[in-house]
Amino acid sequence: MKMNKFKVSMTAAMASLLLLTTACSSSNSNSGSGAAEGKQEVTITFRSSGSEDTLTKYFESGLIEKFETDNPDIKIKIAPVLASEGDYTSKIVLQMKSPDTAPDIVAEDTSIIKSDAAAGYLEPLDTQVAGWSDWKDKFIENLKAGVTGEDGKIYGVPATSDTRGIWYNKELLAQAGLPVPFKPANWDEVLEAARTIKDKLPGVTPLNMIVGKSSGEGVTMQTLEMLLYGTNDTLYNDETKKWVVSSPGLLDSFKFINQLFNVDKTGPSMQVALNGQAGSIAFQQLFPQGKLAMAVDGSWAGSTWFENGAAPIENVADKMGFAPFPTQNGQEPGAITMSGGWAWSIPAQSQNKEAAWKFLEFLMNQENATGRVVAEGNLSPRNDSVDVAGYTDRTYTAEAQALLEVAKFRPANDQYATVSAQLQSIVESIASGKLSPEDAVKQLKDNVTRSLGEDKVEVK
Amino acid sequence: MKRKSRGAFLFLTPSVLLLLIFFIVPIILTICFAFTNMALTGSAARNLQFIGFQNFTNMFQDPDFRISVWRTLVFLIFSAVIGQVVLGFILALLMKEKNVTFRRIIGIIVIAGWVTPEIVVAFCMVAFFSDNGSLNQIIGWFGISPVSWLFSFPMVSVIIANIWHGTAFSMMVYQSALDEIPKDIEEAATIDGASNFKILSYITIPMVKGSIVTNMMLVTLQTLGVFTLIYTMTGGGPGTATQTLPVFMYNQAFVNYQFGYGTAISLVLLVIGIVASLFYMKSMKVKV
Repeated sequence: MKMNKFKVSMTAAMASLLLLTTACSSSNSNSGSGAAEGKQEVTITFRSSGSEDTLTKYFESGLIEKFETDNPDIKIKIAPVLASEGDYTSKIVLQMKSPDTAPDIVAEDTSIIKSDAAAGYLEPLDTQVAGWSDWKDKFIENLKAGVTGEDGKIYGVPATSDTRGIWYNKELLAQAGLPVPFKPANWDEVLEAARTIKDKLPGVTPLNMIVGKSSGEGVTMQTLEMLLYGTNDTLYNDETKKWVVSSPGLLDSFKFINQLFNVDKTGPSMQVALNGQAGSIAFQQLFPQGKLAMAVDGSWAGSTWFENGAAPIENVADKMGFAPFPTQNGQEPGAITMSGGWAWSIPAQSQNKEAAWKFLEFLMNQENATGRVVAEGNLSPRNDSVDVAGYTDRTYTAEAQALLEVAKFRPANDQYATVSAQLQSIVESIASGKLSPEDAVKQLKDNVTRSLGEDKVEVK
Repeated sequence: MKRKSRGAFLFLTPSVLLLLIFFIVPIILTICFAFTNMALTGSAARNLQFIGFQNFTNMFQDPDFRISVWRTLVFLIFSAVIGQVVLGFILALLMKEKNVTFRRIIGIIVIAGWVTPEIVVAFCMVAFFSDNGSLNQIIGWFGISPVSWLFSFPMVSVIIANIWHGTAFSMMVYQSALDEIPKDIEEAATIDGASNFKILSYITIPMVKGSIVTNMMLVTLQTLGVFTLIYTMTGGGPGTATQTLPVFMYNQAFVNYQFGYGTAISLVLLVIGIVASLFYMKSMKVKV
């Protein structure tokens, strides 16, 4: 009798355990595909900057409703990730590792797309783009290199593009007796302008450059590579497939940063420079308050001052200007810019790839792709965006677009993230006076050699 | 007797199983991963390989690692051993046998730092030390020009922050230990003519030795793991000025995406914790 009771209770316990696990698993599959409503649920993940995020607002401005009306069997769920640039990458990678958490469409920075493709997180899209007429003619050809993996397959659709240059306050430059429009011919003229502003306008930060490693990739691309690619050297040798960890150009670039921050002291205070929000502080506070004269930053940054931006400035085109960043000694082509941008990819573990591609095609058609870059102040990856009303007549767009002709792209290699992280830390150390330019070159050489191996680096 | 022990074993099984799943397996996995090239992204993420002691050789050749070990020791000695343990003891001693209201007021002030979550402490401290923060305003009243504390004295700033956050714990441990010393022993010593200092060094401290060691161990292990505070206040910078091992580990694992290397560093951190604990136990001759 006793034994029976035990058996009964054990069976009951097992049964309830079973029920619990099945309940769990069925709720999982429901949330994954939206099967309960008989619809496929496509989750789209991207980096959000918070409640005022432009991309989130753009999705919610009727775009999704329109797609869902046309495709009643698909439900779109937006799942923005609130994170800094560096954290975003690791968060989405962790999500993409498992089919339970992988989104169906993900925004990938073109600097990390090759790494993620090599790791097997992304779905090759060659068949899809082959059947998509827009891909061949309408997308700017050299942007496709940014979404091509090392195996030559396409892993994303470029969504935004950008260029970088010197943003400046016309009124402050005029007060300091500098020519407006500002068009420096070489590095010396940039540094000289900064020194003039320091002398003439006390209380004004002459030149902001992103150097805090908490700003992540911005340090490498916006500051170091803007300098380096204006010398005769590059970061990666495409012919030998090796990283150039020591070169005269690299040393000169480090010297420029040292000159700006430690010798001339014409850079921002370290408290601002090392802050993860250095870019926002410059564009949302210092520039509008007239406390900053120049800043090297991306073409999108000026949209901060537009009517619907975070810190609107009246008659912005009269007050602020955008100048090309010069090459080191003014050598051909005279100006330099780095171009990057974001792409949309489909994770390999996505459960709804077909529906995801359908939405991606819709998202990247002429009208919607242009709508997004207009909202965000970016450049479009589509060459037919110029035909859409409102694209080219935005302030600064013509200047930024023109820079695309001299644009360089980051090395097409899946080890870029490792090298970039080293550079971020080194640039911060130079700017904060903890490392001399010469020691910095040595440190970069040692560290990259150690992480990637002797056979992956070369010295010029 | 045999049946009894078998029964005892049966009752122990659940706790042993739980320990195994949630404690021992993760440690074993960490040890295994430290010998692989595990990475978050890139081709290494696809081909997980055993690479022997490669991570450890790299680590010991890495100047950043040596700097981080040094920073960790400085942070540990000043913010845990000297700061929290000594300050906590002094506070507890000063409050001993004081009037209840006084004890309560001081207690609330100190414990406020302890109950505040680490991330909130970090933000408060940033507000305190920043360029136009409270500290610069206070020294401004005395005509001293503002100092960029987080930039010029980053290590001092994070050490003060950790002391502010952690001292209450030590204080409470010592308070309860001191309260347990029978009054008559100290009274007898006073009657025999012992000075306050002698009473403290020959009676009070030896009697709370056990609490001191336990507390030192807990505070050390807690401080070895401090990440949020430093990461939020300085991000490990400027340069590598406040890059302790946990921050270094995070940077390798989640900024450089080298998980294998990150886990190897975490093992070193674990070893430092074990060595420190053994050292305390040995030096104070306490058996655990």
